[in-house]
Amino acid sequence: MGFRFEDVDGVRRSLADANYLADDGIAGIVYLADRLGKPILVEGPAGTGKTQLAQSVAEITDARLIRLQCYEGLDESKALYEWNYKKQLLRIQASGDDSGWSEIEDDLFSEEFLLTRPLLEAIRAEDRVLLLVDEVDRLEVETEALLLEILSEYQVSIPELGTVAATQVPLVFLTSNATRELSEALKRRCLYLYIDYPDLEREREIVLAKVPGVDANLADQVARIVRSIRQLDLKKSPSVSETLDWARTLVLLGINKVDAQSATDTVNILLKYRTDIDKAVKEFADRPDDLVDDGT
Amino acid sequence: MTAPEPTRSQPMTVTEQAETPAGGSHEDTPLLDLLSGFIIELRQAGLPVSLTENLDAMEAVTHIPIEDRDAFKYALGATLVKNHSHWRAFEVVFEVYFSMRGDEYTLDEVVEGEGPEGEPGPPGEGSPQGGGGAMSGLTPEQLAEMLMKALMNGDQAMLRALARQAVMRYAGMEPGRPVGGTYYLYRTLRNLDLDGVLEGLMDAAREEAPEDLTPLEERLERDEFSDRIEQLKQEIEAEIRRRLVADRGVEAMARTLRKPLPEDVDFMHASREEMADLKKAIHPLTRKLAVRLVRKRRHGRKGSLDFRNTIRHSLSYGGVPAEPKFRFPRPAKPEIMVVADISGSVAAFARFTLHLVYAISGQFSKVRSFVFIDGLDEVTRFFEGVEDIGEAVHRVNTEADVVWVDGHSDYGHAFGVFWERFGRDVGPKTTVMILGDARNNYHASQSWLLKEMQHKARKVYWLNPEPRAYWDTGDSIVGEYSTHCEGTFEVRNLRQLEAFVEKLV
Repeated sequence: MGFRFEDVDGVRRSLADANYLADDGIAGIVYLADRLGKPILVEGPAGTGKTQLAQSVAEITDARLIRLQCYEGLDESKALYEWNYKKQLLRIQASGDDSGWSEIEDDLFSEEFLLTRPLLEAIRAEDRVLLLVDEVDRLEVETEALLLEILSEYQVSIPELGTVAATQVPLVFLTSNATRELSEALKRRCLYLYIDYPDLEREREIVLAKVPGVDANLADQVARIVRSIRQLDLKKSPSVSETLDWARTLVLLGINKVDAQSATDTVNILLKYRTDIDKAVKEFADRPDDLVDDGT
Repeated sequence: MTAPEPTRSQPMTVTEQAETPAGGSHEDTPLLDLLSGFIIELRQAGLPVSLTENLDAMEAVTHIPIEDRDAFKYALGATLVKNHSHWRAFEVVFEVYFSMRGDEYTLDEVVEGEGPEGEPGPPGEGSPQGGGGAMSGLTPEQLAEMLMKALMNGDQAMLRALARQAVMRYAGMEPGRPVGGTYYLYRTLRNLDLDGVLEGLMDAAREEAPEDLTPLEERLERDEFSDRIEQLKQEIEAEIRRRLVADRGVEAMARTLRKPLPEDVDFMHASREEMADLKKAIHPLTRKLAVRLVRKRRHGRKGSLDFRNTIRHSLSYGGVPAEPKFRFPRPAKPEIMVVADISGSVAAFARFTLHLVYAISGQFSKVRSFVFIDGLDEVTRFFEGVEDIGEAVHRVNTEADVVWVDGHSDYGHAFGVFWERFGRDVGPKTTVMILGDARNNYHASQSWLLKEMQHKARKVYWLNPEPRAYWDTGDSIVGEYSTHCEGTFEVRNLRQLEAFVEKLV
């Protein structure tokens, strides 16, 4: 089986071509996942581009993205497979009395009556696929077990049919917002990647790459202000996507240079809680001279 | 400790694989020995590294060019560390085991043993004076000036070289001297006077700007410079660590640097940074608690047979009751009463407790909170509709009426007040959680009150922030109280708190 990527640098370059700016860690782990044939568990605060990473990797590997959105109450029949019982009933009725029961019975549990759900679909796919299991942390602990067989063996056992093994090892991404601790069993099977808020340079580049019409100066300013805001003790720090929204807004409004006034006017795009906004506005307006006096 | 055994035998199989792709086979065996030592150290530090993860790590490094230190680090990190809060611990151990070690780090001949070609770090590409070797001749003033310039321009290579120089010059490290790295760090930083440097940088930035800086700009500049100074500090810390490793050897160094993982940090002795981390960790925990309680309600035992509904559905099967229907269970919403000691002896824990109370009250609809020292007061109102937890805690500490006589814990009296004023609100749905060390200053225990409480309430739990070994010593009477509680738990760190949450359901 051929590998998808030549080297770490290649991963980073092609991701950059797909407009995803990866740092060394991200590119390195994607590369390793390919080499080791292991799923990647991506964790980090909301809005740092976890899902986007999976989409971009699908794009550069030219793979079809199969997405399973997790939610509380997701079960086997929605994640793995289900028997199409309506069709089965029809089959029984249609056969009439002439054919033997054993024949029908064999027939009833054949692939014809199987409804594939995302996980099985990813396993059975003939073409290149990338499986994205989004927000695993929303699953209940017990339901997590559904994923285990797929993640380690790349196969699904269906009692009536036998085991369906993957024809190729798909890349698998799991994302989590870390609202709860995932089980050891799940973590053990994955490579772990934590995507934090980007550092100043990377954020600036992301703004430059993703926001049309932004100049280097503004991007730099945006990145620096956002970094300062993230240092405050907030309920919810601005995410990368919110940074981008803010930069777009500034461009649309024709603001080339952010000052306290324009920052205050548009800060509601970055922050979504009343108290957070108040805090940030206060920070913008405060004379830092007071701080200097305190410090010396 | 059975786990490390397989580790030792593992390198054999991997060596064979390693030789094929990399080719640099003569170095493999020491590397794998180093790796297994590294993993044993990680386990010692408390990271749960399983055998599979160990194998994964061994395989992962065969795919990575070994000379690329960053890639090597990420490969190990991705396979061995599955929890972001463990990353710091991993980094420290990694640095100790795989930091650049060589002759230039021995402590004896630091100044002489150094030439431009012996420079392991980036050579003088960004440094006008040409590498660290030339720096030893500088006066302290010149050094300070260069440092200022490097910080101003954000010159990474130069900062690294300066960090080395500063450590050589100011830390006064001596071989074999049994002091910790913090001591050397303190000495170095004291000589550099980084606070003064920050002010200097700000002044320079103000001068350089064409017009007066707006408050916003000024703030941004300051953040930028603090960030760079922070980097410099880390550089210095790493430098000191490298030298200590060279002096004392890897294992000894790793042992001294071992720190408790976030979930093992003792609430009572948490430093300020550790406390901040703990606060972040509370939120997911209460969510978990809420999810568990809610799920219990949803998936719990089915209700009684719904006769009407069953008959109605039987019509579609020709009158055969093929599908019995049940009533939905409607268990009561849990009511929680938190009674917390906020006296001096548990001050650190109390602060944490208040955060916990706040987080819990965000998850449950009926939470009432009380704080006491020797008097007791309800503080539910402070947490209601408050977005800023800091403010709520401040109000609790200043406004709540918790001192009755002398401000020394008196559990007996506090329970008395509680029972008198709020006892009628305790009902069969109420879960009472008491947080405190039960150090009663030899006052009357009044434990009969707790007994009454247990009769009326659904459950009474006691969380004690003291180590179990100290219970019932001195004026602690937790044993007497715990006879009237459904459970008494030692809760000194997040791990134990989590275990409590698990047990609760």
